[in-house]
Amino acid sequence: MRSFEEHLPEFDARKIRVIAISVDTPEESEHLRQTQGYTFPILSDGKREVIRRWDLVHEHGGEGGADIARPAEFLIDSSGRVRWVNLTEDYRVRARPEQALAAFDSEIVANISFH
Amino acid sequence: MKRSWNLILWFGFVLALAGFLSYPMFFARYPITRDVPWASLSIMALGLTLIGAGAARAFTKPEQYRGKISGSILAVLALAVASAFCYGVFVSTKQLPASHGAPHAGQTASDFTLPDSKGTPVTLSAVIDSPFTPNRPGAAAASTAKTAATLLIFYRGYW
Repeated sequence: MRSFEEHLPEFDARKIRVIAISVDTPEESEHLRQTQGYTFPILSDGKREVIRRWDLVHEHGGEGGADIARPAEFLIDSSGRVRWVNLTEDYRVRARPEQALAAFDSEIVANISFH
Repeated sequence: MKRSWNLILWFGFVLALAGFLSYPMFFARYPITRDVPWASLSIMALGLTLIGAGAARAFTKPEQYRGKISGSILAVLALAVASAFCYGVFVSTKQLPASHGAPHAGQTASDFTLPDSKGTPVTLSAVIDSPFTPNRPGAAAASTAKTAATLLIFYRGYW
């Protein structure tokens, strides 16, 4: 998350919106944004509705056995189609911003030029 | 004859602890020291080496160095700390469920509406269709340019 914040200018330059999602309450997410200086929005899926529908629930993965989201990154194009997915098998090892930017350049920009 | 305190034992133990703590407190923030925790492991390895050297000389030259008992205790503790670290970074973080149902590349992302950290509802399809607004407040406001892509980052949450 921190590395994505640091690379936001590159996302802005490509007109890519960055949105984070967790099961935390909006208050907890706002606290995280304030203390860590994150400027992208953080959405709150407290009912686990979206992470369940997207099959991203890590059952009992959180503190006190709470169901939380497994780390995952999705790049979605302007037609709403998923173009790149990163599902880590180790939650320490998450996508780097460079990977998402490279995916945008190869999967989206490269294909636009054919139209 | 006065025996030396065998300080490298204690210094080694402090290093082993520091190596452990350095990961959550510092190195985990940076992908280069996070994905492969070489920095924290190196510090711990140096700590264990020093404890080993200190304990070795306590046993081989007990007339010169203290630390037979403290060295043994510190060695066991440091090994336990290192083992816990290795379990933490090489085993426990890989206990993730498979996610076969997640949208694949090429599929349409199913829409949703969720509140942001200020409680304002945000709808994915609306973000995708709306003109681009910069991620950083204060960044040069985009014109009527369309949003080129949306990156969703699901994460475990902050405790």
